Amino acid sequence: MRNMKKISKTTKSNLITYGMVIALFLIMQTLVLTGNVSSLLQGLLIPLCAYIILAVSLNLTVGILGELSLGHAGFMCVGAFTSAFFSKCTAEAIPVAGVRYLIALLIGAAMAGLCGILIGIPVLRLKGDYLAIVTLAFGEIIKNVVNILFVGRDANGFHFSTKDSLSLGLEADGEVIINGPQGITGTPKDSTFLIGAILILVTLFIVLNLIHSRSGRAIMAIRDNRIAAESVGINITKYKLMAFSVSAALAGVAGVIYAHNLATLMAQPKNFGYNMSIMILVFVVLGGIGNIRGSVISAIVLTLLPELLRGLSDYRMLIYAVVLIVMMLFNWSPKAIEWREKRSVKLKRRKRKEA
Amino acid sequence: MSFISYLINGISLGSVYAIIALGYTMVYGIAKMLNFAHGDVIMIGAYVVMASVSGAGLPPVAAVLVSIVFCTVLGIVIESVAYRPLLNAASSLAVLITAIGVSYLLQNVALLIFGANTYSFASVVPVSSIVLAGGSLTITGEAIVTIISCVVIMVGLTLFIHKSKAGQAMLAVSEDKGAAQLMGINVNGTIALTFAIGSALAAVAGVLLCSAYPSLTPYTGSMPGIKAFVAAVFGGIGSIPGALIGGVLLGVIEIFGKAYISSQMADAIVFAVLIVILLVKPAGILGKNIQEKV
Repeated sequence: MRNMKKISKTTKSNLITYGMVIALFLIMQTLVLTGNVSSLLQGLLIPLCAYIILAVSLNLTVGILGELSLGHAGFMCVGAFTSAFFSKCTAEAIPVAGVRYLIALLIGAAMAGLCGILIGIPVLRLKGDYLAIVTLAFGEIIKNVVNILFVGRDANGFHFSTKDSLSLGLEADGEVIINGPQGITGTPKDSTFLIGAILILVTLFIVLNLIHSRSGRAIMAIRDNRIAAESVGINITKYKLMAFSVSAALAGVAGVIYAHNLATLMAQPKNFGYNMSIMILVFVVLGGIGNIRGSVISAIVLTLLPELLRGLSDYRMLIYAVVLIVMMLFNWSPKAIEWREKRSVKLKRRKRKEA
Repeated sequence: MSFISYLINGISLGSVYAIIALGYTMVYGIAKMLNFAHGDVIMIGAYVVMASVSGAGLPPVAAVLVSIVFCTVLGIVIESVAYRPLLNAASSLAVLITAIGVSYLLQNVALLIFGANTYSFASVVPVSSIVLAGGSLTITGEAIVTIISCVVIMVGLTLFIHKSKAGQAMLAVSEDKGAAQLMGINVNGTIALTFAIGSALAAVAGVLLCSAYPSLTPYTGSMPGIKAFVAAVFGGIGSIPGALIGGVLLGVIEIFGKAYISSQMADAIVFAVLIVILLVKPAGILGKNIQEKV
């Protein structure tokens, strides 16, 4: 018992989060193995892992750093395409799937993180909603660029074009790797539910440790009061950049998982566009801004909700929208908060009387 | 000659962006919120015109009026039900997410009523095209009407804000909500009025947009909505002449990008220019640089 007390409150809370993910993974895995999960839901498990990582990493930017990002899907897109490109090129050179996947992960994360740094350096110096606007623009640019990029490979090396696959000028033995709007076909499907769950744990470990470290406290100090933080000697740009690039790199990891689960990886508005970024933001805000465990839960609930509502066919997205609005009003409106507080006080009094 | 025709097309498209951007900019100036459902009000406006022309058989001008009234009411309802309870919420993100929820809601309502099919929108502009320079330069009637209505709206709105009492109230609320309330200004009413004007303009923009680019789906409004938001930021968010300059500039860049560089890269070019402008002039072209006080 004495040992239990030594564990601090934050550690306990972190352990609950890890435990929750592991427990959910085990439950889902047994359900899958005993054949109790529909194939539709099974197909959703790996994307769900990617969404959870996206939500947790975006929460680092939105909740902990306090900046709004509307282009998180752009970083995911960078991670997805660079890693899928790598995996496809080296599918024969590196036959061991595990090693290849690990390198792909590192490449995806590094490239997305690099983009985060490149955007962050000029933009994070400014205050206000600029990051939101610039990340929105970045996401759209990336999606657009990927859609016109053609890359092929033959005996002479790599060929690039922005027109079409014919203008690559490939020799007879060459193959097209990135085929513009048709994207990358034939990426090895290396992602599994187990890998996804492990990567969720790794992401949680990175983010939670960052938050509770010296750097994390500096980041939160900047969020709460920029001027006060600056006056006690915190290097604002450095810590902002740190949080933002870690968040971007983790989004890249989510992209790697996502890309290695698809036979054909295409950059469409649906998966890498503005709508996707918004969807992740909805996860974060509904789960609680700055609450990491909340992000995990809301990512799961909101991904499964439209699937569970599938029986209502045409009405499901309508219901989703109404639920979203009502939940926001209930959670955030000052009047609703007041009402809830009054109620909870009443309930407590009643309990006390009964006791 | 093709240069001039691209330029006119660009200004015409830019005028539509400018009208949409006005709604963004006014709402941002007063309520300090990004109304992401604004683009979908455009789409609703266009559907109302289409339904009242082909369904109810109204003449086009009457249909446009019906659409403006409908969107005005819609804007007031959205503001009072979904946004007003959250304007004083602890996080400014709350109202942003609600706006996204409203955007989904409008799209899905349109999807349920009209289906996912693309409707071909019959132009409601009664002006015929003008052919100049012996047939090598054609200015469409839509372009003429769009540019003229944009100018009229801009002048009208500027006069309204600077000359009328309600307009002065808007300026006061956008500067300091608390002080405005102490001076006896009805803050909630002023915000509602702003939403009403913004939504009415969205209806006009919807009609003009769909007359020039006649395909109408439940998602028609979202991309022009984002572009108009970009235009508002371009010109300096909160500034009305800024919305005009930003919108027209954006339209011209987009059309020139499509014509001279690459039609698929046009959007990327627009957004790249946005990033460059923001890095050089963070407050936008006409935005005020507010000094920070410690």
